[in-house]
Amino acid sequence: MASFPLEVADLACRRGGRKVFERLSFTLGSGELLALVGRNGSGKTTLLRALALLVRPEAGSIHWQGKDVRAEPEAWRGRLAWLGHLEGLKGDLTVAENLLAAERLRGAPPAENRLDSALVAFDLPPLAARPVRTLSAGQRRRTALARVVLTQAPLWLLDEPLNALDAPAQSAFRTALKKHLAAGGLAIAATHADLGVPGRTLELA
Amino acid sequence: MSGFAALVARDLRLVWRRPGDVAVVLAFFVVATTLFPLGIGPEANVLARIAAGVLWCAALFAALLSLDRLFAADFEDGTLDLLLLAPWPLELAALAKCCAHWIVTGLPLALLAPFLGVAFGLEPGVLLALAATLLVGTPALSLIGGLAAALTLGARKSGALLALLALPLCVPTLIFGSGAVEALATGGDFGAHLAVLAALALVALATTPWAIAAALRQAGE
Repeated sequence: MASFPLEVADLACRRGGRKVFERLSFTLGSGELLALVGRNGSGKTTLLRALALLVRPEAGSIHWQGKDVRAEPEAWRGRLAWLGHLEGLKGDLTVAENLLAAERLRGAPPAENRLDSALVAFDLPPLAARPVRTLSAGQRRRTALARVVLTQAPLWLLDEPLNALDAPAQSAFRTALKKHLAAGGLAIAATHADLGVPGRTLELA
Repeated sequence: MSGFAALVARDLRLVWRRPGDVAVVLAFFVVATTLFPLGIGPEANVLARIAAGVLWCAALFAALLSLDRLFAADFEDGTLDLLLLAPWPLELAALAKCCAHWIVTGLPLALLAPFLGVAFGLEPGVLLALAATLLVGTPALSLIGGLAAALTLGARKSGALLALLALPLCVPTLIFGSGAVEALATGGDFGAHLAVLAALALVALATTPWAIAAALRQAGE
């Protein structure tokens, strides 16, 4: 019945007493990408965090396949893959351990068999056994992106996914994102740079 | 449940990668407690009387030492967001973090205490009682300390604030923990003290995970 899996209506958020955005409405269909653009402090990260229910919106609603996501927050969180401006990696664990630990934390079945393809997608096999604290910023970002791919979640929420990535890594990201969208996935990405993947744009003022 | 086990396993693995952090806590416990016999002198009666209180206080301080990193490390590297976004209750995650903290702090402290009690001239029976009270009581310290750690997350000087919050809340545990050992030495009712101690630990188990989860959600906003 609902033609769009994700429907956001009249969303408003307040941070530190200041309205970040209000009356924000959009829908997102299967295989669609939404790029969030806007100046620093325009609320891109706040919107992503509100969608993930990490920030409580002041007003508005978020529906997934016709159901309010706040009715079943755990099921909703299970549908999300999150990439924040912090990578969410443990410096003392290796790349492979980080990816497997994150997947197990989601309560997912063992991911060993899927690990290789996620590593290969971001050219990480040579780094798989290295502790994350020895990696460069770009290598960490690639590891975090591999974690997003590994979750197989239908909705990706990405905050500045291209940060610190070099040209080959950016193209690896585009390939992974296109594959996700082609498989019917959805993605919302806050970005300053052109993502290089066709999609809709939402400008936050 | 698999997420709970995964989180405990991850935290234990992280400790395993940096054994120094736990070693410092245990070394503090050893050094702090052995200072008392040295400072007070070889007066067996005095030492035996204060032993339980000293060992319990030192265990409490040692547990606090390691608590300020309990959630702060996850907060700083962004893994706290992943815990907040895990598709299972955050209360269980809070419990898993405290459980891992107890395994690497409370448990070794309880096992170490009888050996240190020898320096205070405690009887073998009292040494075992001391270990028993610490085994039953330290989970409460990890849980209450976990709550203080979650509440002070992101605050400046969080270490001092944490101690200020946690110490008063740990007073009942301390009283009944050292009281049980003293009861045994003076012919009082050890069992009753231990039962109250167990009750305190169970109350902490039943209440703190919810409070910790609420504090973590607040910190994530």
